Amino acid sequence: MEIVTQKFKHCDLISVKGRVDSYTAPKLGEAIELINNDGRYKIVLDLSDLEFMSSAGFRTMLMGQRTCKRYNRGEIVLACLPKRTQEALDLTGFTTLFKIFPDQVSAVGNF
Amino acid sequence: MRTAIFQANFKNLDSIREYVARAAKDAGFDEAGVYAIQLAADEASSNIIEHAYKTEDEGEIECTCSMEGNNLVLVFRDHGISYELDSIPEPNLTGKLNKRKIGGLGLYLIRHLMDEVHYESFDEAGNVLTLKKRIAG
Repeated sequence: MEIVTQKFKHCDLISVKGRVDSYTAPKLGEAIELINNDGRYKIVLDLSDLEFMSSAGFRTMLMGQRTCKRYNRGEIVLACLPKRTQEALDLTGFTTLFKIFPDQVSAVGNF
Repeated sequence: MRTAIFQANFKNLDSIREYVARAAKDAGFDEAGVYAIQLAADEASSNIIEHAYKTEDEGEIECTCSMEGNNLVLVFRDHGISYELDSIPEPNLTGKLNKRKIGGLGLYLIRHLMDEVHYESFDEAGNVLTLKKRIAG
């Protein structure tokens, strides 16, 4: 898994490439935490190059969402969700916890 | 039938997913079926490391793939702590953000991605999780 973060005026972008599982999910959690430590809580997760995500990744996104949404200070939104991950997120009821955008531009524009 | 033994380490999840993907592709599953089998195998193996062995590198995961009629059969064997499959509660899938429990998602996914799930525990032979998925057509 590779992670690239970019700072925009109104939000931060995390682009995730490859596979998120129990081995790599902690690195995604750290990337979210680093942004939070900067006092920033509006985050776009761009998943266009995501190949695989297990429930370890879902849990990491859930924990991140809890932190970001606290005190209404922000939220994590998802962009370019691959079909298979969308199906698994649907199955576990996670799609109701995140706004999902078809592309990065509309996700960033949400903030 | 093919069998492989993996050190019970999160680093090996990639290899385990590759291993079952090859069996699924050989069996003729489509892309959605292969992904479902990979996800179920990942969740099963992650659960073994987290719950049976409690930590990484405490043992091995033996994975066997075979065909039984129209079913691909995956068997995961470990020698960690056993559990009652039915004792694991269903996760809360509809609650608000702060009410969602963190655990139980893996088993929930396995049950919904596969057609049959069995678990048995033996003294010598260890814990055996059997997953079956029917190939369409």
